Amino acid sequence: MTTQAGWQRDRDGLGVWEHRGKVAIAGYGYSPLDRRWDGVSMDRTLGAFQVIAMQKAIADAGMTPDEIDGLMVCPEPAGDTWAQADRGLNRPFFAAPYDTEDGLSYTSAKWLIDEMARQGTPLTNLKYIDDKAPYIGPEMGKAAQAVGDGLAKNVLMTYNMGNVEGRYHLEEGIYSAGGRQWSAPWGWMTSAMMQHAFVFLQYCTKYGGSRDDLAPFVVNQRRNGLLTPWSFYTQHEPYQIAAEDYLDARPVAWPVTILDSDRPVQHAAAFLFTSAERARDAKQKPVYVMSHAQINKPNRSTMATLQDHEDVTDLLVKILYDGAGVTANDLDVFNPYDGFSVFTQTYLEAFKWHGVGRGEAFDFYKGDIRVEGPHPFNSSGGNLGNGRTRTAMYTDCIEQLRGIAGARQVQVKAETAACGMVTPTGNGHIFLSTVPS
Amino acid sequence: MSKTIPQPDEVSKPFWDAVDQKKLTLQYCSACDRLQYPVRPTCYDCGKSDTLTWREVAGKGHVLETMVVHDTRVVRRKVDVPFNVALISLDEAPYINFLSNLPGTPAHQGPQGAAVELFFEELEGSGGRFIHEWRVVGQ
Repeated sequence: MTTQAGWQRDRDGLGVWEHRGKVAIAGYGYSPLDRRWDGVSMDRTLGAFQVIAMQKAIADAGMTPDEIDGLMVCPEPAGDTWAQADRGLNRPFFAAPYDTEDGLSYTSAKWLIDEMARQGTPLTNLKYIDDKAPYIGPEMGKAAQAVGDGLAKNVLMTYNMGNVEGRYHLEEGIYSAGGRQWSAPWGWMTSAMMQHAFVFLQYCTKYGGSRDDLAPFVVNQRRNGLLTPWSFYTQHEPYQIAAEDYLDARPVAWPVTILDSDRPVQHAAAFLFTSAERARDAKQKPVYVMSHAQINKPNRSTMATLQDHEDVTDLLVKILYDGAGVTANDLDVFNPYDGFSVFTQTYLEAFKWHGVGRGEAFDFYKGDIRVEGPHPFNSSGGNLGNGRTRTAMYTDCIEQLRGIAGARQVQVKAETAACGMVTPTGNGHIFLSTVPS
Repeated sequence: MSKTIPQPDEVSKPFWDAVDQKKLTLQYCSACDRLQYPVRPTCYDCGKSDTLTWREVAGKGHVLETMVVHDTRVVRRKVDVPFNVALISLDEAPYINFLSNLPGTPAHQGPQGAAVELFFEELEGSGGRFIHEWRVVGQ
C-alpha cells in the first residue's frame, strides 16, 4: 500500500495549494442518527451506520464500489478515545461481525472492508488504505491531498461518532499521573470545555460582553438544527429554545453550561474524493476542493490563552485563504466548529466572515444570522443544533453548494464554503467551491 | 477540599520533591532563557533536554480568569462543587500559568486581575505531600 507523508498544510508561506481545484468531492452520505446505540439493534451499530454512509456516498457519486481505490478511516474509537476504556469492555459480545469491540465502539478499516463485502458492496480494488487519519478536521484535507498526490483516484473517507450507554470519562481514584498531575488536583476535567471557558472569559475581559451575548448564536444553532430532518433535536426534542432557556441553563463549568455543550450521538458520514476531471462526469454537481489547512499547537504552559488562540487561527486562515487564492470577501457559506459555543467566535473573527473582526462577534450575533437572512452564519446548525456529529458542517457545505439544503438553503450567494473542526489550537479546515478556479 | 494526589514520574519528581519542601522550582532552559511549566522532558522552544535546569521562582502572580466547576467527572472533587478554578499568571514570567482553586475565595467571587501569592497546601490522605496553591493577597 502507498503511504502519505508531509501532507499537512500547517505553516505560512505555502502559497496556493498545488492541487487547487483539481480535486473534488463527488459524493457524500450519512447514516441515521441515534442518541445512543441501544445494545440490541444490530442494524444500528456504529459499524452498520458507517457502512450505510459509505454506500450512500458511493451511490451519490454514481460510482460503483469497484471504482473505489482508496479508503481513509479515522482510528479514534467511536470518534472519542474514551469510549472503550471507560464503557463496557466487560460487556458480552455477539455473533460475528460483532464478536469484538470492532464495529461497536470503533471501526477499523479491515472491519469496514469485510462488512462492505458482506453487505454486497465489496471494495475490491483498494490500493490505498489509510487507517491512521486524524479526526475529521485534518482527515478531509488528508483525503483531498491523497487524491491530488495520485495515491488513489477515488478516495472514500469516513468518520463516525459513537455513543453507547453510560456516563463516560469518570476520573476515579486518589492519584493523578501523567499529564493529569498538572491539572486534576485542582479539579480539572479531561475535556476541552474548561480550557475554552478560560479563553472565553479572557475574550470577554478584553473586548467586553459576557456569556449572555452568546444567546442569539446558540438559539440560532438550535433553529438550524431543527431545519435538519435527521438531527437529534428534530427527532427527539422538536421545539425551539429561547434566549431565556440559554441564560438559565444548568452550569457545568461556568461560564459553560449544558446548552453550550454538544450532545453526544451515534452517527456516521462518508465523503468521496476524486479528481476534478472525474467529478465532472459524476452523477452530482462537483464540489471542488480549493485548499486545506491544519493547526496543531501544543500549549506552552498549563493552559492556552486568548492570544494563543487568536494567533493560531490567524495563521490557519492565512494558510487556507492563500491556498485557495481568495480573501475573506470570497467566502459565502461558513460553518465553523461549535463543539462548545464559547470558541466559535474565534473562528468567525479569524476568517473575517462578513467583515467580522476581532472583538466584533457579539455584535454580529445580535444581527440577522438566520439562514434566510443576509448573514446565514453556521447554516448547518453545527453540533449544537444536530448533536455531536462533527460532520454536519461538512455535509451542509456540500448541500449549500449543490443547492439542495432544503429549509436550510441560504438565500445569499453560495458558490464557496469553508468549514472545519475542532478547537483553535488543534484543527483542520477545508475550502470548497462550485467552480475549480 | 479532597484534591487528587499528583503521582510524580521520572521527569517531574524533582519538581514535586521541591514542592514537598515548600519551594516552587520551574524548569529553566539556559539556551532559550525561558522558564517552563508544566514539567516536560525537553524545552518547549528548542527541544533540547541537556539545557534544562531547575530555578526557584518567587511565587507572585495575578488572576487571569476564574471559572466555577458545578459538575465534575473528577470523582474525588464531587463533594467540593461548586468550586473555583482560576488561571494564575506568574509575575516574573507571565507566559507561565498555573491552576488554582483560590482557597479562601468563595465560588463565583474570583477577582479578575487580583494579585495572588503562593502557598503550599497539604493534601488530605497523602501522608505529608503538598501541592502549590495560590490565594488572593490580603485574604
